[in-house]
Amino acid sequence: MSDYIIRAKGIKKYFGGVKALDGVDLEIKKGEVHCLAGENGCGKSTIINVISGFYTPDGGELEIDGVSYPKMTPQQSIAAGIQVIYQDLSVFPNLTVMENLALNMELASGKKFVSKKRFREIAKEAVAKINFEIDLDEKVENLSVADKQLIAISRALLNNAKLIIMDEPTTAITKKEVRALFNVIRDLQKQNIAILFVSHKLDEVFEIAERFTIFRNGKNTGAGDASELTQEKFTYYMTGREIKETPFIYEEKPGAKKVLELKNLNLKNGFKNVNLSLGEGEILGITGLLGSGRTELVQALFGYHKADSGEIYIRGKKVQINSVKDGIKNGIGYVPPERIVEGVFLPQSIKQNISIEKWDEWAGPLGIMNEKKIEEVVNDWVKKLRIKLHSIEDPMNTLSGGNQQKCVLAKWLILDLNVLILNGPTVGVDIGAKFDIYELVKSLAANGLSVIIISDDIPEILSNCNRVVVMRRGEIVKEGLTKDMDEASLAEFAVAD
Amino acid sequence: MNNKTKKILHSSEFYVGIIIILFCMLIQVRSGQFFTGNNLVDIIRSFTIPVMFCVGELMVLISGGVDCSFPAIASLSMFVVCKYLEDVTTNPLLFFVVAALIGLAFGVLNGVIIGKYRFPALIVTLGTSSICWGVMQGVFQSREYPLCATLLAVGKAKLFTATNAETGLSSDLPMITIFMVLLLLLGWFILNKTMLGRGIYAIGGDIIAAKRAGFNVFGTTVFIYAFSGMMAGIIGVFRACMLQAVHPNNLEGLEMTAIAACVLGGVSITGGKGTVLQACLGMALLTVVSNSLILLGISTHWQNVVTGLIIIAGTAATAIQNQKNAKKLAVKLTES
Repeated sequence: MSDYIIRAKGIKKYFGGVKALDGVDLEIKKGEVHCLAGENGCGKSTIINVISGFYTPDGGELEIDGVSYPKMTPQQSIAAGIQVIYQDLSVFPNLTVMENLALNMELASGKKFVSKKRFREIAKEAVAKINFEIDLDEKVENLSVADKQLIAISRALLNNAKLIIMDEPTTAITKKEVRALFNVIRDLQKQNIAILFVSHKLDEVFEIAERFTIFRNGKNTGAGDASELTQEKFTYYMTGREIKETPFIYEEKPGAKKVLELKNLNLKNGFKNVNLSLGEGEILGITGLLGSGRTELVQALFGYHKADSGEIYIRGKKVQINSVKDGIKNGIGYVPPERIVEGVFLPQSIKQNISIEKWDEWAGPLGIMNEKKIEEVVNDWVKKLRIKLHSIEDPMNTLSGGNQQKCVLAKWLILDLNVLILNGPTVGVDIGAKFDIYELVKSLAANGLSVIIISDDIPEILSNCNRVVVMRRGEIVKEGLTKDMDEASLAEFAVAD
Repeated sequence: MNNKTKKILHSSEFYVGIIIILFCMLIQVRSGQFFTGNNLVDIIRSFTIPVMFCVGELMVLISGGVDCSFPAIASLSMFVVCKYLEDVTTNPLLFFVVAALIGLAFGVLNGVIIGKYRFPALIVTLGTSSICWGVMQGVFQSREYPLCATLLAVGKAKLFTATNAETGLSSDLPMITIFMVLLLLLGWFILNKTMLGRGIYAIGGDIIAAKRAGFNVFGTTVFIYAFSGMMAGIIGVFRACMLQAVHPNNLEGLEMTAIAACVLGGVSITGGKGTVLQACLGMALLTVVSNSLILLGISTHWQNVVTGLIIIAGTAATAIQNQKNAKKLAVKLTES
């Protein structure tokens, strides 16, 4: 018997000429919570695929529970007690909870026919393992991400898991749900189940992990006890550069007109009696749980929803925002949280994506585009925002998440904006790119742009905004300057009932 | 209201069912001829062949694909067996077996190409379809052709005859209807009671998750298209039996009717959702409409227009409902 569930030494994996893993080590003790961190493309997914038997390594040694596996199949990995919970959770949205829980087991045991009774028994056993209460006959598509995650976890436990690998489990769930997830993880730990927790978030690593391993470009850059980590070390191991956040300092100019003012704005099932103002060059953070009305509020400013009653003033002038067109006309730019689905045309070129909102203006008579002008402006913004790309003619989907996010920003910055709204700007973005985005937003604000940032990440809001409001059940429950606030009390306001 | 009634009230089956009943009532009130034995038998007769095609199409749609090749496969299989087997055998079973094998071959071709290379099913099956029509016309010199005695007998075999006392018109309910019922039951059984069937839903829901869960995605894909092709071969011969003649181009365009019927009944065109009952109801609605407009005194030329309008209205209703759901706000505001 070994003390380690996983001992990987000098694992190498090449794809063509690319070294995805260039001799990395990863050791996970039994029953420990181990954090694996690194930026996109550092080899995290590759090592997960090696441990789960989907990739055969090109070099190195892999030991599971003291047994060496030179060549391992996914079935052997599962038999050895390894379970992976992928970021997309691998659930079937169109099937019921019961089927999602039972199908894998039934398939593995070679069953050819469906027995609802057996399905139900398996499903009941699965949810009982983590005391998860859920309607087994509900379709999974009707559930929240957090519930889907618990389904994936219960499903993993059915196979007598000894190690559960969770690939960025906290990116799509709220703080409260993260807390619930951590309780589940601690429970699993008591049952001597090890967890490999992939995350970029230092506070989470501190809270849950005992040890950590960090990769950069397919190599180990750091490993040790989580208690020894500091923010500086963590980001340095991940990015290879020193990142120092500068707090955002805002000074209101006396007599300056408010850029945006909301008076008693209401939307049925969205928000009520919202009074809010935004000065020139301010960065305002809005936080609150999912379903607090924060997204609905900014969508109403942008014209995606039409407010039922109340008044909106832009630079002191009363305006009507009934449609997205009105929103854009009034200089309101909106960068949605799921830029992939809402903000970009993935197969289209970067140039088209950045310039689309200006086409009307740059088209000559007969609708022929002034290509030279477009290229000039686009290249200018690519440089200003430090977007890493090969050519602006390349399709958008060749870029990384962070760079795509910057392109969406560029699209709005080309217009003369009054207010830029960023909804969850750093969800799923690498720590380096995240830093770049915030530095950029701060420099834009310093030049007079007013910005609204919506985020779950309270430390992020505290260090990048000058003012913050907390929403709950469609109402603003707390408003104030960030320098007077602390993380714990803000979080309290968001959840208090 | 308990959960079960709520679910029924929100299901598309419920609404399509109501619309069918309302439509039937309307025709009955206007013509007095709808609920007569011979009219009902006539409707079942024209429902039989298309609904059988729906079973294969349904499986393909659930898996996230689409099959446009079954009318061509059915026509080719039908023409080849009718032309070349009439002098060889008088055993009707042999006709169906050979037709099934021809259909199976083309279905496997579809399935392998789509399953292995993940090419878009629409294009692949359009290609196969074109090849089948071409081969039938070029290699086998297809034309209208008298049906051999063996198959004439299969077509004439009936369960009973319904006669309208008032008009003196009568219609036979063919034995083939039994096969229709069996095929629908088989489709239901595969989809609901076998792991293979759950695999079809799983693939339509999330193909990567299906692979990770251990479903044989390639094998299942081949099965779906092979099943559709094989059934197409058999149904093609049934069609000739019911028409009492070999009309090689009679089935052209039926792929769109089958897809429309499925979607109208509530089957998702993007995969993952659909039941045999939904496909049946969709096809029943289309059949009732196109068969009964004549009773209302609407000319046959307008039938296609009305059918088209129903398809658009039906799919629009579902699409609008989905859009509404997607944009619905659900923030729980504080009570004032």
